[in-house]
Amino acid sequence: MTATTKKIGEGRLLPATSQLEKWPWWALLLALAAVLIVFSIITSPLYQDAFNFIKEGIITTIRVTVIAYGLSLIGGLILGLGRVSKNVVFYNLATLYVEVMRGIPMLVIILYGAFVIVPMSLDLINGLGNWLVRFAPLAGLGQAFQNVDIQQVDMSARAIAGLAMGYAAFEAEVFRAGIISIEKGQMEAARSLGMNYFQAMRYIVLPQALRRVLPPLGNDLIAMLKDSSLISALAVRDITQLGKLYRARSFRSFEAYNTMAFLYLSMTLSLSILVKFIERKMSRER
Amino acid sequence: MSANQDAIIQIDCVFKSFGKIKALQGVSTNVKRGEVLVIIGPSGSGKSTLLRCINMLERPDSGNIIVDGFPVMHKETNINLVRAEVGIVFQQFNLFPHLTVLENIMLAQRIVRKRKREEAKENAERQLNYVGIPEKAEAFPHELSGGQQQRVAIARALAMNPKIMLFDEPTSALDPEMIKEVLDVMIALAKGGMTMVVVSHEMGFVRAAAHRIVFMDQGRIIEEGSPKEFFDNPREDRTRAFLSKIL
Repeated sequence: MTATTKKIGEGRLLPATSQLEKWPWWALLLALAAVLIVFSIITSPLYQDAFNFIKEGIITTIRVTVIAYGLSLIGGLILGLGRVSKNVVFYNLATLYVEVMRGIPMLVIILYGAFVIVPMSLDLINGLGNWLVRFAPLAGLGQAFQNVDIQQVDMSARAIAGLAMGYAAFEAEVFRAGIISIEKGQMEAARSLGMNYFQAMRYIVLPQALRRVLPPLGNDLIAMLKDSSLISALAVRDITQLGKLYRARSFRSFEAYNTMAFLYLSMTLSLSILVKFIERKMSRER
Repeated sequence: MSANQDAIIQIDCVFKSFGKIKALQGVSTNVKRGEVLVIIGPSGSGKSTLLRCINMLERPDSGNIIVDGFPVMHKETNINLVRAEVGIVFQQFNLFPHLTVLENIMLAQRIVRKRKREEAKENAERQLNYVGIPEKAEAFPHELSGGQQQRVAIARALAMNPKIMLFDEPTSALDPEMIKEVLDVMIALAKGGMTMVVVSHEMGFVRAAAHRIVFMDQGRIIEEGSPKEFFDNPREDRTRAFLSKIL
């Protein structure tokens, strides 16, 4: 026998079945359900019909999620830097944005973005175009700005804008937490070597902070994948919208929603396995 | 310009408070080029604050500080230019944990001094050699002992070719057997003519290298003088009481 360290209450004091109790039975059940659904999709014509109708939404869901997530990371980083900034204007603007966005339901943000923010921004661009046309060297640009039309911005782009706006607030708080978790001495050491604030952030604080916030960032990606179902309110043909459409025209609720749930679950669970893997890798490096 | 032309650091009537705590209450002193000044005093006496005021890690409430001709408290002074000329070594080392030893020493050379990669690397290796651990170039800070980490921190500061080196209790966080290896580097630096301001109670260093000692208590300089007159003949009661505790 090899000598292993055992915690109190482990093995000796409890019956031998304790190993079985530790099995991830939930994962086994889940896998069984997945096999069942995959089997159904392959063999049952009803499921096949539902799956074939809904599957086009997978690409839309993934595309919207990935683009909106990327944008929310960029926005969140800028806002997060504002949240730790000593500049009064920058700090207050960032904080105002974060507090407002976190207090509004995601669905409302998406509707607001699609029907208020995006049209208003386009008006602004058109106005800028009208103004630019008067300057000879910039007339071409002005023309282009004038010609931007609300019809050119489709609903999925507006959905991306809404999701990114809402999630930027969450990412801002993640980045802020990461930045303030880095010891004060790191910034001091960098500044006392002659680096300016942004160099110290860029080369010293952010690389360390990013490493620490990878797990919560991963969790937010999963959350966003789920929240992307809200864009069906804009009639964007994602998994949820196509599932709803399929149910509406076939009245096969069971097949439609089973397929939807299966598609979302398989994506979120794969992502969470990936996040756990990254987390473990990071903790081993430290 | 000040009357004292050969003073590289001029500290004039500096006040600094943290809330209700008065850390510095009108401190004035000068440091000459090539001088090794040691600041001693009980904890909370303001010695670290004074040191950190020299490169503006703490901003004084009032007074004036001139470092290498730059009035560092003025808004027009680019503090980053001054800091590049003033190396500082911290109690907690503050190495960058995500970078190797060599990268730690090269980074500021490249982005502040704008040196080419080869030049920065060559200089970094020279400094590592100087502090006696050239074999650790590719190691990460957490793989080093405390003494080695502090020597890397010294090498990192020296790599900028500073005119002044500040030491903020550089051996306080070290195990006793590692203190000597750090002190040896500091003594060699002092003998080499570096201008140094050191907050430390290490008598080994004071005896070997200090030119002048400043004793602080409650945010004021109580007494200053050469090591000999300071230790053999302290004028103030408070100095005597303090010395009797640390010697």
